[in-house]
Amino acid sequence: MQRFSAFALLAKSLGGHQGWSRQWRLATPKDAYDVVIVGGGGHGLATAYYLARNHGITNVAVLEKGWLGGGNVARNTTIVRSNYLWDESAALYEHSLKLWEDLSQDLNYNVMLSQRGVLNLAHSLQEVRDSRRRVYANQLNGVDAEWLDRGGVKVFCPLINTDESLRYPVLGATLQRRAGTARHDAVAWGFARAADSRGVDIVENCEVTGFDIQGGRVTGVQTTRGAIRAPKVAIVVAGHGSVMAERAGFRLPLESHPLQALVSEPIKPVLDCVVMSNAVHVYVSQSDKGELVIGAGIDSYNSYAQRGSLPVVTSQLGALIALFPMFSRLKMMRNWGGIVDVSPDASPIVGKTPIDGLYFNGGWGTGGFKATPGSGHIFAHTIAHEDPHPLAAPFNLDRFSTGALVDEHGAAAVAH
Amino acid sequence: MTATRPANLRAPPVRARGGDWVDDTRPIAVSFDGRAYTGLAGDTLASALLANGVRVVGRSLKYHRPRGILSAGFEEPNALVQLGKGAHSEPNALATRVEIYDGMTATSVNRWPSLSHDVFAAFGLLARFMPAGFYYKTFLGSRVLWDRLYEPFLRRMAGFGRAPVGADPENYDQRHLQCDVLVVGGGVAGLASARAACASGARVVLIEDNPELAAGLAASPAKEWIDVAIGVVKQDATVLTRTTVFGAYDAGYFAALQRASDHLPQEARAGVRQRLWLIRAKQVVLATGAIERPLVFPNNDRPGVYLAGAARAYLDRFGVLVGRNVVAFTNNDETYATVIALKKAGAAIAAIVDVRANLTGGAVALAKHEGIRVLEGYVVVDVRGRSAVRGVTIAALDGGRREKIACDALLMSGGWSPAVHLFSQQGGKLIYDPGMAAFVPDRRPADPWCAGALCGETGVDAAITGGWRAGSSAATALGKPAPRGLTAELPDEPKGDAPLAFWRVPVAPSAERKCFIDFQNDSTLADVSLAVREGFTHPEHVKRYTLTGFGTDQGKTGNINALGNIAERTGGDLARLAPTTFRPPFLPVTFGALAGREKGALLDPVRVTALHDWHVAAGAAFENVGQWKRPWYYPKDGETLDQAVTRECLAVRNNVGILDASTLGKIEIVGADAAAFLNRVYTNAWSKLGVGRSRYGLMCREDGMLFDDGTTTRLAPDRFLMTTTTGNAAAVLDWLEEWLQTEWPDLKVYCTSVTDHWSTIALAGPRAREVLQCLAPGTALDAENFPFMSYQEVVVAGVAARVFRISFTGELSFEINVPWHDARHVWEAAITAGAAFGITPYGTEAMHVLRAEKGYPIIGQDTDGTVTPLDLGMAWAVSTKKDFLGKRSLARPDTARPDRKQFVGLLTSDPSRVIPEGAQIVSESNIADVRLPQSSPVPMEGHVTSSYFSAVLGRSIALALVRDGFRRTGETVYAVADGHAIAARIGPTVFYDPDGTRRDG
Amino acid sequence: MLLIDCPHCGPRDETEFHAGGEAHIARPEKAAELTDAQWADYLFMRSNTKGWFAERWVHAAGCRRWFNVERHTVTHEIRRTYPMAGAPTEPEEGP
Repeated sequence: MQRFSAFALLAKSLGGHQGWSRQWRLATPKDAYDVVIVGGGGHGLATAYYLARNHGITNVAVLEKGWLGGGNVARNTTIVRSNYLWDESAALYEHSLKLWEDLSQDLNYNVMLSQRGVLNLAHSLQEVRDSRRRVYANQLNGVDAEWLDRGGVKVFCPLINTDESLRYPVLGATLQRRAGTARHDAVAWGFARAADSRGVDIVENCEVTGFDIQGGRVTGVQTTRGAIRAPKVAIVVAGHGSVMAERAGFRLPLESHPLQALVSEPIKPVLDCVVMSNAVHVYVSQSDKGELVIGAGIDSYNSYAQRGSLPVVTSQLGALIALFPMFSRLKMMRNWGGIVDVSPDASPIVGKTPIDGLYFNGGWGTGGFKATPGSGHIFAHTIAHEDPHPLAAPFNLDRFSTGALVDEHGAAAVAH
Repeated sequence: MTATRPANLRAPPVRARGGDWVDDTRPIAVSFDGRAYTGLAGDTLASALLANGVRVVGRSLKYHRPRGILSAGFEEPNALVQLGKGAHSEPNALATRVEIYDGMTATSVNRWPSLSHDVFAAFGLLARFMPAGFYYKTFLGSRVLWDRLYEPFLRRMAGFGRAPVGADPENYDQRHLQCDVLVVGGGVAGLASARAACASGARVVLIEDNPELAAGLAASPAKEWIDVAIGVVKQDATVLTRTTVFGAYDAGYFAALQRASDHLPQEARAGVRQRLWLIRAKQVVLATGAIERPLVFPNNDRPGVYLAGAARAYLDRFGVLVGRNVVAFTNNDETYATVIALKKAGAAIAAIVDVRANLTGGAVALAKHEGIRVLEGYVVVDVRGRSAVRGVTIAALDGGRREKIACDALLMSGGWSPAVHLFSQQGGKLIYDPGMAAFVPDRRPADPWCAGALCGETGVDAAITGGWRAGSSAATALGKPAPRGLTAELPDEPKGDAPLAFWRVPVAPSAERKCFIDFQNDSTLADVSLAVREGFTHPEHVKRYTLTGFGTDQGKTGNINALGNIAERTGGDLARLAPTTFRPPFLPVTFGALAGREKGALLDPVRVTALHDWHVAAGAAFENVGQWKRPWYYPKDGETLDQAVTRECLAVRNNVGILDASTLGKIEIVGADAAAFLNRVYTNAWSKLGVGRSRYGLMCREDGMLFDDGTTTRLAPDRFLMTTTTGNAAAVLDWLEEWLQTEWPDLKVYCTSVTDHWSTIALAGPRAREVLQCLAPGTALDAENFPFMSYQEVVVAGVAARVFRISFTGELSFEINVPWHDARHVWEAAITAGAAFGITPYGTEAMHVLRAEKGYPIIGQDTDGTVTPLDLGMAWAVSTKKDFLGKRSLARPDTARPDRKQFVGLLTSDPSRVIPEGAQIVSESNIADVRLPQSSPVPMEGHVTSSYFSAVLGRSIALALVRDGFRRTGETVYAVADGHAIAARIGPTVFYDPDGTRRDG
Repeated sequence: MLLIDCPHCGPRDETEFHAGGEAHIARPEKAAELTDAQWADYLFMRSNTKGWFAERWVHAAGCRRWFNVERHTVTHEIRRTYPMAGAPTEPEEGP
C-alpha cells in the first residue's frame, strides 16, 4: 500500500501525480475463500478489514452488487455519536466512536472526523425527562453527555431559535461533545484500501444470487460471476437484508423504507455543530463543503426505491425553518433517498443465523453509519470466533422470540 | 445614473441593438460590488453586466480563479452572486437568471477582500499540491492539528454566499393542480404540444422557466406560427411562466417553483415571493430542451469564454454582443448560425475552429460564404488573458501548425446534452445516441412523451412537428380525439454535418490541470485522470472523488464531459457508462417555498379546550401535551412553579381543586359486541361490568408492552365510554379501528371519538361533594348513592351532564362531562360555588404530583414502551382467563422473567432532597465506582421516572423502575445524576392514603 | 407522491392515507398454543418483499377504512386495491 502523508503528496506532486496507483486492486473472484462477505458497503468493508487486521483472516472476498460504497454509506447524513439510552446500545456505539477517533490514523486515510458536538433538542416536558434520563445513563456508561437548558443551548449554538413563542419551543438539549460527523465516502474507500492491502479481494459488479447450503450449513454462494465456495458467509447488505435472507431461506423482522436526506447550496460556515430534533423531525449539520446536510424523515411505506415522497421533505423544512429562521432563503440543491432496514426495536441484528456458517449484520435502520467501524469490528470477531462478540451478543436474532429487545424506539431515544 | 466601468476590467461596451426581451426605453439602475450600472428593463443581471463590459463576476471554489459569465441560463456554474442585504438577502443567486429591477444590489462571493484582488487566488499557484481528494491523503499526522487548524481552515474556504441574517420577511405559497396533460417547457416544441393537446380538448398545463414562452425566437421564420400558438395556448391552457418544474415523483406527480415576485423591486412585491405548484398529471410531455456543453481545453474557464448558444441568447434576447472580435471553437453546426448572427450584429469573426475535418454541409458553406475563416480539424490549445480573454492559441489536431489568434471573446460548443433530468427522475431509461454524442431518453410506453431538443428534434420545424405529435399522443392516450392537422409551413433547413463526440483537447498531462470540467468546483481533467488512475472508475466514484457535479449547477455543463473522459481514460465504451442518477431538484429550490405556510405557529395545529380563554385570563402557564395547550400551573402574585404547585396540591388535599381534563381522549364504543371487544383490547375483563359502573383498564400492544390506560364506563348494556391519555387519544382510536376492521370485522361495534364533544371538569378534594351539591341540588351524592367508580347523569348548573366518580388524585373526586359549549358556564359556576370551600384551579404539574403521591403511573412518563402491566405491579388488572392483545407476549422467556425492571417507590434518606427525574439507580455494591467522567460502565439497575416534593407529606417522593424491584423492598439504593448520588430506600408506590379511605369516602 | 385508489372513495394522494404494513397476516386463533418462535414469526417476521407486495393502508383523512393494496416496492406502481376481505393476487414469476 502506498502510504498517504503530506510528504507523499508533495513528492507525487513533483511528478504531476502520475505516480499514484490504484487504491484497491480490481480483483477477480477466486473459486474459494475462507470468508465471503456479501455487500461492499461501509459495514462489509469494515468487517473485511478487521477480519484481516485483528484475526489474521485475509483469504476474504467482499462481493458488491454494484459499485463499492454505493449503498447507505454513500447516502447518509454522516452523523457520528454514541449517546444511546440502553446499556447494550451505548456500549456498542461508544466502542464504535472510540474506533472512529483513531480511524484516520489506523486506516492511513483521512475520514475527516469532525467532533463538533451533537445537540439533541427537547421540546416538551416529557422530552426533557427522557433526555435527562439518557444523559444520566450515558454518564454512567462512560459516554460523554451533558444536559443544557434553554440558555445553555443558545450559548452553544446561537443560531437556534430558542424563542418561547415557537410552536414547540426548545426547552433544552443533550450535548455530546465528542460526537460529530465524518466524510462518508472516505470511510468506505479507506476501509477498502486498508482491507485490500491486507489481501482482501474486493469484487464489484458481483451480485450474490443464491446460497449453497448443505445439511443446514453454508458452503458457498452463487453469484453473477460464478459460484464461490466458502465455509463462512456473512451478509452485510443494508437495505437488502430481507432479500438476502429469503435467498438463504430464513426470515427476518425487518421492513425496508426510504429515508430521505437533502443538502442546501454551499454557503460560508454558519452552523458549527450538529442539531437534531426528534419532536419536530429534523436534523442538520454543515459539511466541510459548506452545504447544510439535512435529514428528512422516513417514508411510512415499504420500498426498495432509493427515493421518497415530497411531503416528507416539505414538512421537515417547515420544522427546520422554525428552528433556524435565517435558513428560509437557502435552497435545496440535492435530495436523495436510501433504503433503511428497520427492525421492531430500532436496534441492529448482528450474529448467527439459523444456518451454520452464515452470519448476518443488518437492521441498523437509520443509524448505521455511525456504527460502521464498531459494527465491522464486532462482526469480524463473531465470524472469526464463531461466537458472538460480547458487544454483539445482545443483538442476536433470537431476541425476537425471547422478548429481550433493545428497544431504542420505545425508550424515546433519538433516531438516526 | 451613469455606468462606470471598473478600471481593472477591459471589455468593450457591447449593447448592439434592442433584444426581444429588453425595453430600450426603460433604463434600470443596479449595483454590483458597490458600483452602479445601468441596464434595461428585461435584462438579467448577467446581460446588464455584460452590456456594461463587466467580465469577472466571481471566483472559483478551490483555486479562486477569476470567472466570468459562461451561460445565459440555469446551467450557469460561475456567476453566483449574493443578492440583496440583511434578511432579504439570497445567497448563490444566478446572475444569468436574476431579472433586474431598480435598486437591485448584488455582490460577488468567495473572494477576499475584493473580486479583483483576492488573496486566496494564491491557491491557484498551489493547485499542483491539491489534486482531487488531497485531503484524504494528508492531515493525518496529528488529530489535534486536524481538529484545531486544518479542518477549521478547510471549512472557512468552503461555500459561496452567506446565509441571510434574520428571519425571512417574505411569504411562500403552495397550490395544487390537476390536469390531463402537463407540458414541461414552453419552447417551440412545448408550445406545439400544448397546442395539440388543447385542440383535442384536454385540460392542459404548460410550464416555462423563462418569463416568456418561445423565448428568443422573434427572428425565427416560424414567428407567425409561434405568435398564433402562444395566443391560443394562453387562452386554452393554464400557462405558468417563471416557473421551474424541479421534481418528477410517483404517479404523474410533479413539483414546480414559480418565482412570483422575485423580478419586482421589494416595495412592489405583494404577498408571495415564490409559489410551489404541486401537479398531478394524467399524461406528461417533456419538452425540456438541451444544454450546451463546454469543450475541455487549457484555460477554458477564462472570463470571456462563453457557451456559443449563450452568446446567441445574449444577442437575441438582450441585444448584447459578448465580444467585438470573436473566435468560436466547436464540434457542431449550431455554432455556425450563432457566429453568423454575431457577425451580422457587428462583431468581427476572427475564426471558427472546428474539431471536425472535411465538412461538406450547409452550415459551414454558409459561413465560408460570409467570408468567415473556418479552420477544420483544429482545436484551441490555450487561452490568453487572465481576467478577460485576449486571444487563443490554436493547433491542428494532427499535430501540425499552431497559431495565436487575438480575440476578446471565445465561443465554445461541445454539442448539446438533452435535459433528461425529469425524464430520468421519474424512472426513464437513457440511451447513448452516437449521432448526437449524447444520452437521450429511451422512451417506454409508460414514460412521459418527449419532444424537441430533448429527443434530438433540433430546429424549429422538427420541434413543431415533434411537439405536435407528442401533445397529440398524450391527449389521445386519454381517449381524446386526435387534434386536427398541424398548419405550419416552414422552409427546409439545410443538411448539415453531424457533431463529433469530442471530450477533450489532447494536451500534455501537466496541462490537464488547466482543463476545467466542473467550473464551479474546479475539478479538472487532471482530477478525472487521477481518479481513474487510483481506481475510481465508476462514474459515481469519480463524481464523489473529484466533486464533479456537486456544485449548485449539479453538473449540468460538466457531468457529460466527465463521463466522456472516464470512458476515454478507462478504455470503456461511453454507451455502457450510466450517467450518475438524476435526483430532484432540477434546480435549487428555496427552503421557504418547500415549507410554504406550514412554519412558525402553523407548523402544527394548536388545540385548545373550551376553557382556554378562562385559563389565559387566570394567568395560567401552559404546557404542550401533544397538540394541546394545557394549563401547567396558575402562578399567583409572582409565585414560582414550585410555590404555585405546592399551593395547588394542598388545596386539593385540604379543600377542593378544579382541573380542566377536557383533553383526555374520549371514545364511545357502541354495539352488541362492545363488551366482547373491550375484553380483547384491554388486559382485564369487561363482560361483568354493570351499567353505570367504571373500571380502570390497561391496553397492551401485541408485544405485551403497555400502550395506554384509562377508565371506561358502561353507559348502557351496549355502550361504553372509554377514556385515553391526552397524547394517545388519536392513536388509541386508530388502534381500535384497525383491529375491528382488519381482524374482527364480525364484531358488531362502532367507535366514535367524542373528545371534542364533551368537556371534562374534575372536582377533587374533600370538599368536592359540597361544591357539586351546590351545582346539583337535590342529587344524592353520598358514597352510598354515588359510590366510587360509578357514573350518573346529573344536571349540573342547569346543564345535562355525565358525572363520573373517578379519581386521579386519590381524593374524593367527580369528573363532570358537559357539552363543549357549556363548559365555560359550568366551570364558572363551579368556581363561584366553590369559592366558599376554597376552590383552587390546578394544572398538570400539581396533577402529576398528586397522582404520584398515590403511586398512579402515567403511561409515557413512568413507562417507556418496555414495561408490561405486570412490571407496574398491576397483575390484578391482567386476566389469566381470556385472551387479549399482547397476552401471548407476556409468556415469552424474557418478558416472564421475575427480575424485570419493576415499578417501585423511593424515599430518600434526606427527605428534603428531590431526586432529579431520569436519575439512574445504582446499587450499594457499585456506588463506589461512580465518578464523572466514567472510564468504564457502572451497572445501572433502573431509573427514576417521577420525582417531586410532596407538600402534604412534607418530604420528597419518587417513583422508579428498578430491576427486581418488588423483591428489593427496604433496600437502600442510589439515584445518580451528573455524578451526584442520592441514597433512597425502595418501598411501595403509594405514599399517601394507602387504604384509599379519602378516595372512597 | 403515491396515488392510491381507495376502494370506497376513489384515487387520492398518499398523504390522506397511513401505511399499515404487510397484508394477510392473520392473528393466530390459539396464541397460547404457539411456541415462542411461532409467536415471534407472527409478531415480528415480515416478508418485506422486493417486487409486488400486498399491503394494508387506511384512508385516515378520508373514510377511515382499511383496505389492501398491491404495490410494487421498486417502481411504486399500484396494480390493484381491494377491500379487507379480498384475496391477494396469486404470486407470479419474476420481479
